[in-house]
Amino acid sequence: MTALDLSAPDHTTMATRLLLPDATDLLSHDRRHGAVPYRGGPGILIESLESAGLTGRGGAAFPTWRKVASTAAAAGGGHRAAVVIANGAEGEPASSKDAVLLGMAPHLVLDGVQLAAEAVGADRAAVYVEAGPAMTAVMRALAERKGTGRDRVRMQLVEAPTGFVSGEESAAVAAVEGRPALPRTKRRLVTESGVDRRPTLVQNVETLAHVALIARYGSAWFRSAGTATEPGTFLATMGGAVAAPGVAEAPQGILLADLLALAGGPSRRLGAVLVGGYHGAWVPAAALATTPMSRAGLAAFGATPGAGIVWALPASQCPLVAASLIVTYLAGQSARQCGPCLFGLPALAADLARLADPRAAGGLDRLPGQLAALAETITGRGACRHPDGTVRFVHSTLRTFADEVAAHGRGQCLGDHR
Amino acid sequence: MSTPTRTPTIRTLRLHIDWVACDGRGMCTELLPELLTEDPWGYPAPVRLHGRDPLPPNGIPVQDDLEPQARAAVAACPLMALRLERG
Repeated sequence: MTALDLSAPDHTTMATRLLLPDATDLLSHDRRHGAVPYRGGPGILIESLESAGLTGRGGAAFPTWRKVASTAAAAGGGHRAAVVIANGAEGEPASSKDAVLLGMAPHLVLDGVQLAAEAVGADRAAVYVEAGPAMTAVMRALAERKGTGRDRVRMQLVEAPTGFVSGEESAAVAAVEGRPALPRTKRRLVTESGVDRRPTLVQNVETLAHVALIARYGSAWFRSAGTATEPGTFLATMGGAVAAPGVAEAPQGILLADLLALAGGPSRRLGAVLVGGYHGAWVPAAALATTPMSRAGLAAFGATPGAGIVWALPASQCPLVAASLIVTYLAGQSARQCGPCLFGLPALAADLARLADPRAAGGLDRLPGQLAALAETITGRGACRHPDGTVRFVHSTLRTFADEVAAHGRGQCLGDHR
Repeated sequence: MSTPTRTPTIRTLRLHIDWVACDGRGMCTELLPELLTEDPWGYPAPVRLHGRDPLPPNGIPVQDDLEPQARAAVAACPLMALRLERG
């Protein structure tokens, strides 16, 4: 059936599933993976997704089968046509895995869209992606599929504006509806009421590529990589002080040190690694050799794998300066819709910037307490999770670099002595 | 193995704030000071009874005796940013 048998023994532990070389154009994709394995009706694929244990790769790690099942249920077995959105909007500057995936394996993603559409009972789908190489790759792939009979559901290309929050689920729904891509207050779940109030499944493009593989090679095959509780592979974007920054595919649960080795390893002595992106949390360098990239392994640091971002901070750089730059950026990325985010994040950024400069005017010793109070005021008060994610990062910074925070309170910076 | 005790489900009345709609006009914090206070920028924030309780993700619980005031606050919001729901 397939030219390359991915279930063959020498491939069972292979961590390269999504980013296979030479599977980009439709002909080579088809030669390697074959036709779209349609199941013949809504709901049928859900069982495979559940036994595979696939979770969303956009950051929240929500079980994919549950999202598919609730969308399918809301659609009532095709009674109300649902909509599928392939979310390729990675507004996070530290992430490029979705763009790399769409560039290398666009047909895997589009096959996943078709299979998800069948599973939920959708009659239309949208690929939501930023302008640039990723969009060009999708356009080319859609053109290749035209007239081949491969697709049962029409797929529309929708441009995602650049920006941190444009990939948020309700922002993606708004964009597909032709409105500004802004998060909105969700009175009902998007799976029940999304695009034009129809049941809507929004899945990250990497998640959909995994769906396309699970449908072909099965859940046992999927589980042959990763851990028992967090199976499969994931795409990581690695940056900062690593020798070869970029995107790599690895089994879930890989030790952070081994993951960094896939990016050539640290280029300088590291102080810490930011895991999960700008809404993520820090893991100190001393823990890299023993900490797995998994929800279970990262829980001790208040971190999660998120969308697979790993950013290495060199020991020579003051972590509070780095954190301050990130929070200033995040404050600027507010959609400016919700007061606590619009005013709270700049206040948070200003306090952190003061703390980052130990030579600034006095009163620095009171800043950590002030920051914590501000963080608490902001939490949970927005249409989306942008304020909460920013607060999580600030908390992690104060916790991980408590020594540095204390030193700055005394008017010193530990970085000065490194 | 113990089985969970079955309690009658009386669903709590909860106050939800639509943060996109809210502009910090301040009617609700005046009408419902038992539950809402103003944050440093004038937006409603839940009164933290225990100082550090995090905001409940599914809305601010409203005790039965405060229901009339809560309904008044919902009705008074010029931006219709408040709603009450049992859940």
